[in-house]
Amino acid sequence: MSNPATDYSLQDPPKIPFEPLIERNSSISEPTWVRWSLIFVAILFLALFLLLPLISVFTEALRNGLGPYFAAIVEPDALSSIKLTLIAAAIAVPLNLALGVSAAWCITKFEFRGKSLLISLIDLPFSVSPVVAGLIYVLIFGRQGYLGPWVMDHDIKILFAVPGIVLATIFVTFPFIARELIPLMQEQGTDSEQAALSLGANGWQTFWHVTLPNIKWGLLYGVLLCNARAMGEFGAVSVVSGHIRGETNTMPLQIEILYNEYSFSAAFAVASLLAGLALVTLGVKSFLEWRYGDELAAGRKH
Amino acid sequence: MDIQIRDIYKGFGSFPALRGANLDIRSGELIALLGPSGSGKTTLLRTIAGLEFPDAGQILFGGVDTAPLPVSERRVGFVFQHYALFKHMTVLDNITFGLRVRKSKNRPDKDAIRKRALELLDLVQLSGLEKRYPAQLSGGQRQRVALARALAIEPSVLLLDEPFGALDAKVRKDLRRWLRELHDKTGVTTIFVTHDQEEALELADRVVVMNRGSIEQVGSTSDVYERPATPFVFDFLGSVNVFPGTVKDRKLSIDGANVTLDTDNDHAAGAVDIYVRPHDLRVVEEGSSGFDVTIKTVQRTGAIVRLITQLKHNKEIVEVELAHLDPQAINRKVGESIRLQPAIYGLFPRASHDSVRTLPDVDPLAVPEHRERGRLG
Repeated sequence: MSNPATDYSLQDPPKIPFEPLIERNSSISEPTWVRWSLIFVAILFLALFLLLPLISVFTEALRNGLGPYFAAIVEPDALSSIKLTLIAAAIAVPLNLALGVSAAWCITKFEFRGKSLLISLIDLPFSVSPVVAGLIYVLIFGRQGYLGPWVMDHDIKILFAVPGIVLATIFVTFPFIARELIPLMQEQGTDSEQAALSLGANGWQTFWHVTLPNIKWGLLYGVLLCNARAMGEFGAVSVVSGHIRGETNTMPLQIEILYNEYSFSAAFAVASLLAGLALVTLGVKSFLEWRYGDELAAGRKH
Repeated sequence: MDIQIRDIYKGFGSFPALRGANLDIRSGELIALLGPSGSGKTTLLRTIAGLEFPDAGQILFGGVDTAPLPVSERRVGFVFQHYALFKHMTVLDNITFGLRVRKSKNRPDKDAIRKRALELLDLVQLSGLEKRYPAQLSGGQRQRVALARALAIEPSVLLLDEPFGALDAKVRKDLRRWLRELHDKTGVTTIFVTHDQEEALELADRVVVMNRGSIEQVGSTSDVYERPATPFVFDFLGSVNVFPGTVKDRKLSIDGANVTLDTDNDHAAGAVDIYVRPHDLRVVEEGSSGFDVTIKTVQRTGAIVRLITQLKHNKEIVEVELAHLDPQAINRKVGESIRLQPAIYGLFPRASHDSVRTLPDVDPLAVPEHRERGRLG
């Protein structure tokens, strides 16, 4: 067969300039005054409802100067609450990482009976009030609970102790990672995995070399959100903690106690720390989005 | 490696995707599975690969039953319609993947793997692109990489699922020609799925025409085109005109028209459907045996002049295709009367007439839900 002048299947893709496209089309944009008033309303709302409270937390915390601020933070009860919060997050986040990835993998890569039930179950912690979530553990491990007597016989402390707080945190933050991954993995489909299998890879190699690299940014995003919530959780933890000072108070609970005792500046000092953690989390997230935005977008576009 | 497919049944829920498929594939053959959506061609291919498991039946690779072998142990090179390249790996890493994941005792050393990958890149004519990522390649280049990746594991059989489906016409044509050359060079038994009859006829040694989970006909490209075994095959491979007729004493007559043709076809007497392709109709002189039509439209597409005509006796539409240099095609005008005679035709008993029906491809695993992704937080 004679060779044609050009083989189109060998040609490189067309070079598309990498510049943001700004649409100047009167039929899809609003008049100037509408645009600016909408922007103004949005900024006003953000300032009033997000920025102002955040600033006030820090100003209240520093009202009496830096000395009392640091004194409030290094106070033993406050320090223990910081430690407990970090412990709870350090256990809950890795556990939810493993559970969330397995759940998302299971849901998106396999077909089985009861799949929609599993999806609803994953959403359950989002849909029930955290207080109810806490009460569930009281019902199970409390004195009158199903496992309460057994737990007491074996001298294991769950309620009003660190294990209860960790359990409540895991429950509340469970959906974050799975929910972040499921749409992403559904969109990516199973072709890459099937290709890897047909090339001789086993299940673990397929997950490690093909699935994980494809979801790593979504996963990181989910971990950050999960971590933010794990540190900030109040309702469920409040029910199971028992508010024992210096022992079972996490940062949000410590803040509430201080606030109720009218030691405002101490309350706001701890609060500013918690807000600071949240800001760092958001900062890391934004940095990742900025740094790897193209990759994230490509992953989502498929 | 030769492949035998024995009575394969496969259902998805209540939808029977394959209903007893039987097929023998010789070593080194290039075979096309051709059929409309929902005919079971992709399911058959995926079953051979081990990506689906049959409800009943056997698939033998070189006489050995593959039932206990998962896809990872079958050594099949599978090429997906949308390439399924690993987008976080370079072209080189994509091609070497199948060798790198082997157990250390079967794995060639690093240099050997690299050497093999570069040879394959050369084979698919993409030398110099080994450091690129899939996103930096055109569709045609990606499909070539996907092929190189599949060939890297020295597959016993190469399976291609609509390999050119996502590409535009020019690229598709060039890739098709190249794939044929590649097959002649490597000699790997190859099965590809397509719904494009032109692609199947141009590329394959033999064509397997499938419809609603069954194999309608297996034959060389000229066999299936010139001697379609069923009305479906006739209809699916190109367009067709159907005339009701009668066979009596080895004579065929078209109902309502003054046509009598000798037929050496030892077809049973009785009512039949006569299948004639548009280019198998001849324009004949007044007085010859044939039926009269009026020209409704004249259309010139490339080298073909297509006449849409209407039968005088029952107002049915008949499509005729003539070569543009055919004296009969020159200066045909709308409204003119001509007489047509079927030169080549197929006969099928009236009862077996079955219109082409298409069903959607059912493959729950392969269909991702395209739902809008809501962001948390």
